[in-house]
Amino acid sequence: MADSPIVVDRRNPALQHHFTDMEQQREASSLGMWLFLATEIMFFGGMFCTYLIYRLWYFPDFAAASNSLDITLGTVNTAVLICSSLTVVMAVRSAQLGKRQQQVIYLALTLVLGLAFLGVKAIEWTSKFEEHHVPGPTFNFEGSIPGHPGQPIDQQHAQIFFSLYFAMTGMHALHMIIGVGLFTYLLYHAWKGAYTPEYHTPLENSGLYWHFVDIVWIYLFPLLYLIDRKK
Amino acid sequence: MSQHVVSLKTNIAVWLILLVLTGVTAGVAFIDLGPFNTVVALVIATIKALLVVLIFMHVKYASDRLTKVVLISALFWLFLLLGLSLADYTTRALR
Repeated sequence: MADSPIVVDRRNPALQHHFTDMEQQREASSLGMWLFLATEIMFFGGMFCTYLIYRLWYFPDFAAASNSLDITLGTVNTAVLICSSLTVVMAVRSAQLGKRQQQVIYLALTLVLGLAFLGVKAIEWTSKFEEHHVPGPTFNFEGSIPGHPGQPIDQQHAQIFFSLYFAMTGMHALHMIIGVGLFTYLLYHAWKGAYTPEYHTPLENSGLYWHFVDIVWIYLFPLLYLIDRKK
Repeated sequence: MSQHVVSLKTNIAVWLILLVLTGVTAGVAFIDLGPFNTVVALVIATIKALLVVLIFMHVKYASDRLTKVVLISALFWLFLLLGLSLADYTTRALR
């Protein structure tokens, strides 16, 4: 009894009583996180599906509306998110290697990059409000179909594009805000040395979440900003 | 096996590839490829997503197969959603 492996492994204070060992506990929580991400894929999937159908129906209006988005800010924001994914990976790696100080630095960098993304998003949204491109009674989208100067844009169809734009980037931004909250929590606990090479599940699973949100943006960027940029 | 620690070199390489692909997708959008603009944009996005999933999210190194099963099932459901919906909307004009 005394030398059974279960008793030996119980020494880690992070091990919950209903798991056999740390490895099993880690794999179980990772599986739970992946199941949650599967539901998230379906959640965003509904919006992507709606987008796809309307884009097929109203392609010229979607192309014109898409061209009014700021491609420079969109590209910069994509790069910012990719950099934040790297800092998350490096934070998890530092935890795996037991480097507390590096962990704290990378988590802080992730927060800075996440907030930078949200800041750029706020600038983009502000200009959309100023241009009356927000769906509603004051919506007004001037312009013509790309490649057909004489053909005006259907206001209704342009509104559908911007409804989807705000719904999708809004939901994405909400996920980013939740992510910033999660990483503030992680930063505090990493500072206190809570994450060791044996136990850093919160960091690992929040990292999975952050990468998922990054992937959503990887698809949102070409679908919203790059529909028909060719002149 | 305990968790796999991805090397610094791999992480930096993936990061650089992701940044380059972001530039490429933004640049290619201005070149007229006809209907292939959309195809190229989606292929690049999928390559980027795969890199993030396999390397950054450690799926390539996952020791338990359940993670992969969950991921593939999720994608299968997503394609059911997109595929069956489009099968309706894209064939309505064919009546």
